[in-house]
Amino acid sequence: MAYLPNGADERRQMLEAIGAASVEELFATVPERLRHPRLTLPEPLAEQDLVTELERLAGRNHPLGSLDSFLGAGVYRRYVPAIVRAATARPEFYTAYTPYQAEASQGTLQTIFEFQSMICELTGMDVANASLYDGATAAAEGVMMAVAQTGRRRVVAAADLHPETLAVIRTYGRGRGVEVVTSDDVSTSVGAGDACAVVAMPGFLGTMGELAPVAQAARAVGAISICSADPIACALVTPPGELGFDITVGDGQPLGVPPSFGGPHLGFMAVRQELMRRMPGRLVGLTHDRHGRRAYALTLQAREQHIRRERATSNICTNHALTALAATVYMARMGGAGMRQVAEISVQRAHALAGRLSALDGFELAEPARPYLWEFALLVPGGADDFARAMRRQGIVAGLPLGRFDPDRREQLLVCCTETSTPASLDRYVEAASLFAGPVEVNR
Amino acid sequence: MNGTTEPGMEMSRVPAPEWAGAEPLVFELGGDLERGPREVSAGVADRPLAELLPGVALRATPAPIPAVPEPVLARHLGRLARRNHNLHQGIYPLGSCTMKYNPAVDEELARLAGFADIHPYQDAGDVQGALELMWELERLLCEITGMARISLQPAAGAHGEWTGLRMIQAYHAARGDTQRTRVLIPDSAHGTNPASAALAGLEVVTIRSNPDGTVDIADVERHLDGRVAAIMMTNPNTLGVFEKDILEIARMAHQAGALLYYDGANLNALVGLARPGDMGFDVVHLNLHKTFSTPHGGGGPGSGPVGVAEALTPFLPTPTVVRDGDRFRLDHDRPQSIGKVRSYYGNFGMLVRAYAYIRAYGSSISAVAENAVLNARYLQSRLGGTFPMAVTSDSMHEFVATTKGSRVVGLRALDVAKRLLDYGVYAPTAYFPTTVPEALMFEPTETESKRSLDLLADVCAAIVAEAERDLDHVRGAPYLTPVSRVDEVEAARRPVLRWRRAE
Repeated sequence: MAYLPNGADERRQMLEAIGAASVEELFATVPERLRHPRLTLPEPLAEQDLVTELERLAGRNHPLGSLDSFLGAGVYRRYVPAIVRAATARPEFYTAYTPYQAEASQGTLQTIFEFQSMICELTGMDVANASLYDGATAAAEGVMMAVAQTGRRRVVAAADLHPETLAVIRTYGRGRGVEVVTSDDVSTSVGAGDACAVVAMPGFLGTMGELAPVAQAARAVGAISICSADPIACALVTPPGELGFDITVGDGQPLGVPPSFGGPHLGFMAVRQELMRRMPGRLVGLTHDRHGRRAYALTLQAREQHIRRERATSNICTNHALTALAATVYMARMGGAGMRQVAEISVQRAHALAGRLSALDGFELAEPARPYLWEFALLVPGGADDFARAMRRQGIVAGLPLGRFDPDRREQLLVCCTETSTPASLDRYVEAASLFAGPVEVNR
Repeated sequence: MNGTTEPGMEMSRVPAPEWAGAEPLVFELGGDLERGPREVSAGVADRPLAELLPGVALRATPAPIPAVPEPVLARHLGRLARRNHNLHQGIYPLGSCTMKYNPAVDEELARLAGFADIHPYQDAGDVQGALELMWELERLLCEITGMARISLQPAAGAHGEWTGLRMIQAYHAARGDTQRTRVLIPDSAHGTNPASAALAGLEVVTIRSNPDGTVDIADVERHLDGRVAAIMMTNPNTLGVFEKDILEIARMAHQAGALLYYDGANLNALVGLARPGDMGFDVVHLNLHKTFSTPHGGGGPGSGPVGVAEALTPFLPTPTVVRDGDRFRLDHDRPQSIGKVRSYYGNFGMLVRAYAYIRAYGSSISAVAENAVLNARYLQSRLGGTFPMAVTSDSMHEFVATTKGSRVVGLRALDVAKRLLDYGVYAPTAYFPTTVPEALMFEPTETESKRSLDLLADVCAAIVAEAERDLDHVRGAPYLTPVSRVDEVEAARRPVLRWRRAE
């Protein structure tokens, strides 16, 4: 049956060794009225039927690769070098457990140490952990660190944080009586009663704000500064560590992890040296074995739940090791220079597309005064939902209609370009959009 | 941490190249700091970045991460892979971790473009298959657990625990019952239980165990009052013993106005055979990476769906998946929800694997529990002459042995664990539960063959026999692993958490 190796003979021999007459006898401690509930479950499937069923479900989805997609908003379709998948498909990595027994887990431990090191180089921070669940929970954990460090319970968050990140910070905060306020100008809003200031690089709408003043303002009032950063942006612009931030968090999905309907991705967190022991999650350290050979081990575990229980820095028990491995291999293959090149291509294409679209009658940038990287909010004629629907009929996912996050932005679409948005697809976008251009009679 | 002097991180300490036998770090492989791999051309007019990004400070030089040539990187990864124990190499009898075989087909299925290459913000019309899968998976898990609804959002078991506790808090608050700030947790519980409770802002009250490892019902009664929000239990508990008084504990909890929380870490003992919902649990979290065989990945990503009884459904994280006729959509309009506990909808790739795993077994899924318990009991009987057992009660899918009181005075759990590695066997969970001295907790799972269990039992017997002759030799283990015993004390005393290039 499915994945069970023992046949009837072996089972009989095993029962004999135990001294039990039947398998049922092994469940004697379970009250009889609880045993064998009548379950309505489908028939077991042969592997071939299983593949057919899952292919049927997959076939009801329209993958981004089959469309011209300009959807980003926190999850990016970036090109993933084949070596990344080749690594994560190795059973030596994907079937391994958390590396508690260091001597038999040096492979996983070293890749995590490499991940920590590369995240530090990318963000300009001192210390990084082994990864967290995603960018949103990483931000929330950063906020909880700041609350613990300062003993203060108010959080000032930039209004242009990713809405999912903001929502998760609020959920985490409610459990601890932490108040979250948003601000369009965090550097002037943060005050002496605040645990931290949280900003995004870039903001949800793709724009870059003045970030160094936020770090300075937070420091001046004894608050912790937190930057939620896109890792590919960190390869192009001055990274948060050099801007003076205490904590950098973010979602590592752009580093070689497929969109996968929103997960699994990975969160990353990197901090200043002084905050090292407040960090949640796994940490791998370099040490040596009995013979003085280089070796790695999980370390500073006194922060963690299995030692500290209710006094731990967090309840986190895992990291996202396999997706962090993908990010490790991606970063090592691309290098800092390769990631910067990817960022530049994205910037060039987004600006080219934005220029061509805003030249059309009825289209314009929603935030024309603010610099943006590879995403921009675009005012479109006739409402963003209708426009997106019409574009979709042409096989184009034109962007994310912003009305669902902000009713004031119902006319706006968040448009994203990456290195996978081909020049031909840009042409098709402009051509299809031009049918909407002109005086406002396009109200369909 | 306790006011003693910080030794500092020794940031300047450069790993000595003469440490022989080590695989170089990715920074030491001679990659290119100036140029990455060949990239596509932008294909649009190339404009100066300063003009496109006015006022944005750019990096003067690329981030100092070398671009490693593919052949060099491939060999690096291949060599690192060989330094990992894994399920394709040998048994992984970690108690509480349920290291069962991960079906190869599930890996293929999760990589289908129709699952991996879809975006969480695509229109519902473009992701009907994904929503259908989530809807169906929720129904299957409800059936298996006996719960009314399940949120697939939590990213891991501990995340599910905290999500479940937040819902319990919301439930009491919605009833105006604001005095319930405590959680009762047995002393043998996983460390995540109290840590999750603390993260939710709840006070932890520890409940004693009986000598047989089960919860002391009198101690529960003593602490059960109007301040208790919930009792968190693992069943079978961390000693692998079924909580025989569970129905009585459920009755007591509910009578006192508290809710009962099920830590699903050990559901592999019962899947398809008994349901937490029928035992009276109000909230249940599952570890899809345990019972439902999504791979552990070297420590994640996991997936920790959390199920609730009818009365708690309004508080589920948002969004949920709903079905309208033959169409599926996300429901964000849930005013009493505790909110979002992570971005998007969950670790979807793990949901695909778990769905495939459950469909492969279907109505025969109780065979998983039957074989898991049979394997564990058989292994326990084979080890009976080698190690004393922590408790005499009948265990289920896992059991706790101890080296204390074994034939060799001074033989420690750690030494046995390390010596096992030399035989190509991963160590059982050592020193947990903390209520048992020198604990070795074995969980073979249903995917081990009898032959594999016999081998493990023989190896354990050989190690004890060896220790009788030469304890120091066992204490010096491991000898055959890529590195010998790792100095974890040094790792913690002088933390070196990243590579630094030589000044």
